[in-house]
Amino acid sequence: MKLLEIKNLWVSINGKQILKGLSLDINAGEVHAVMGPNGTGKSTLASVIAGRSIFNIDEGELIYKGKDLTKLSVDERAKEGIFLSFQYPVEIPGVSMVNFMRNAIDEKRKYFGQDPISMHEFINLMEEKKRLVEMKDTLTQRSVNEGFSGGEKKKNEIFQMAMLEPQLSILDETDSGLDIDALRIVSNGVNKLRTPDNSFIVITHYQRLLNYIVPDVVHVLYDGKIIKSGSKELAMELEKDGYEQFIK
Amino acid sequence: MNNEKSDNQIVSEIANAEYKYGFVTDIEADVVPKGLNEDIIRMISAKKEEPEWLLEFRLNAYRKWLTMKEPHWGHVDYEPIDYQDIIYYSAPKKKKQTNFDEVDPELLSTFNKLGIPLDEQKRLVNSSDVAYDAVFDSVSVKTTFQDTLGKYGIIFCSFSEAVKNHPDLVRQYLSTAVPPDDNFFAALNSAVFSDGSFCYIPKGVTCPIELSTYFRINAAQTGQFERTLIIADVGASVRYMEGCTAPQRDENQLHAAIVEIIVMKDAEVKYSTVQNWYPGDKEGKGGIYNFVTKRGVCKGDNAKLSWVQVETGSARTWKYPSCILQGDNSVGEFYSVAVTNNYQQADTGTKMIHIGKNTKSTIISKGISAGYSDNSYRGRVFMAKGATNSRNYSQCDSLLLGDKCGAHTYPNIQAENDSSVIEHEATTSRISEEQLFYCQQRGISIEKAIGLIVNGYANEVLNRLPMEFAVEAKKLLAVSLEGTVG
Repeated sequence: MKLLEIKNLWVSINGKQILKGLSLDINAGEVHAVMGPNGTGKSTLASVIAGRSIFNIDEGELIYKGKDLTKLSVDERAKEGIFLSFQYPVEIPGVSMVNFMRNAIDEKRKYFGQDPISMHEFINLMEEKKRLVEMKDTLTQRSVNEGFSGGEKKKNEIFQMAMLEPQLSILDETDSGLDIDALRIVSNGVNKLRTPDNSFIVITHYQRLLNYIVPDVVHVLYDGKIIKSGSKELAMELEKDGYEQFIK
Repeated sequence: MNNEKSDNQIVSEIANAEYKYGFVTDIEADVVPKGLNEDIIRMISAKKEEPEWLLEFRLNAYRKWLTMKEPHWGHVDYEPIDYQDIIYYSAPKKKKQTNFDEVDPELLSTFNKLGIPLDEQKRLVNSSDVAYDAVFDSVSVKTTFQDTLGKYGIIFCSFSEAVKNHPDLVRQYLSTAVPPDDNFFAALNSAVFSDGSFCYIPKGVTCPIELSTYFRINAAQTGQFERTLIIADVGASVRYMEGCTAPQRDENQLHAAIVEIIVMKDAEVKYSTVQNWYPGDKEGKGGIYNFVTKRGVCKGDNAKLSWVQVETGSARTWKYPSCILQGDNSVGEFYSVAVTNNYQQADTGTKMIHIGKNTKSTIISKGISAGYSDNSYRGRVFMAKGATNSRNYSQCDSLLLGDKCGAHTYPNIQAENDSSVIEHEATTSRISEEQLFYCQQRGISIEKAIGLIVNGYANEVLNRLPMEFAVEAKKLLAVSLEGTVG
């Protein structure tokens, strides 16, 4: 079953063309790795799927669970199960992680006509998901991302992903800046969330991450479109010989 | 993206949330004729059966007021006020009763609607209880838990009652923090003040529950001029809260109050306000002019006075809750969140006057401006010659939502000794598109996201409010700022 279909997507920002006719299909349960040099549009792709309004869709279609994604606002997409693990998570001073997560969960529940989560249930859920990413207790008592180290921020993203149980998770360079231990923890967290229904788009520069999160498909994104797709062996080739071989 | 609403669309769509307290109570009122002169003042004094000395106090204040000019140094503009076009006294007809059952049901239901319970069960007092003095236009209609508090020797009653039953205390402390000629509006209040709350905490007593005054303006064309006097005797402590609302009207109404607080040696007073006067409509029509003088004196050594305010209402605000740190080692604090939206203008801040040795003051001011509003922080920190080794720390932050509003900071710092330390920090920021996107990506709607971010920004101050007040204030912040994306 197709979870996400992207057809001939053209996206620009401030008149600058970033995506140039990108197409991508993702089935339920699949993990897709998107690789490519800097500035080829990987993060733009992630932002556009999530619905960031600073980008302009000039042409193309985004279909998610059979629905036209462009008709949904950012928060509606999130409630429908799209999650973006940010490359650079932003700090929100004074807003505790607990308060933030509770709002996020209750908004989603409200969207589906459910009652707010009980305090008891919420605390249990937090404890469970914190263990999943080996998160220190104190983190959740702090303000959202405020004063977090680079590694803590990335763990925090995966923690939030686990809390919200999305169907389509986009990991935007979640591995960048992680040491080998953190990489293992983050990858384990992701792997535990893999189910036959959930799909992942893993954006990365390095093959290393894909040793931990083994993809079903690897894509090479270059100059705004996918120029090559293949199995996980493609990532090995890229690591060895670079992108040059596919360009032109 | 094309499916996303533009910021402006969102602003105009949601407009501003309805002011919840804009209703009018239909009740017969005992009013004095419009206008101000010595006869009116005599009439008010006579209605309240006041002693001669208080009438003299009023008349002296009035005569001083006549020689004074309305202050215009604040960053607030408004149409000139016609002081002869105001009714200075309006009281619900039925007289205040000592027995709960006899309070006019219409008034009980009004305060009930406002969430102020005036009924008290005959049971042991619980620390989560709040004793209320409910002021409706010019008079206090009911003070709760008086008997319970009486057992501790605490006096908590309307100002009029205090004048009758405790004249010596009133006479001893009245105008010792705010002299009648302190400023134009203080002089006006001293001449015509109608009621308010009085509170005396005896030596060594910690007040077991929170005390609160709730001000309600109801009558049209009427000003509210109440006066609160709080005295914490040696070693006493009390937490006091103030709330206020008014009907939604196209005319502007004047609220010129005075709050005086006397804090003796080793005593502590915390005064919290959630100011929610009617702010006017989206076009800036109507709303309350809140021109208020609040000041406390830390008279004895080690005295402590804290002001915590959340200002969301009023068309115009002109208000500087201040501390005079007279006793050695005394402490003054000012924590403020001031929100302005639409065409509101607020000029608010504090004065910390250090006189005693080793005195300490802290100022945390968080301004939030949206719409076409103007939000100013104005503060004065003064270290007298004798205030050696004193300290002040000030932090003034401004948050702007949108590009049509203004934030201004006017600090005034003066030190007359070499051993004191004064620190001042100021920041101005906006809610970033990145923060909003992050929240929305987690499924939080844009309105809720703004509420969260703003509450986070103001958290340092909101955390200082009493529990139930904090909950109310957080909701209020979110409501006042709905649809104001920057």
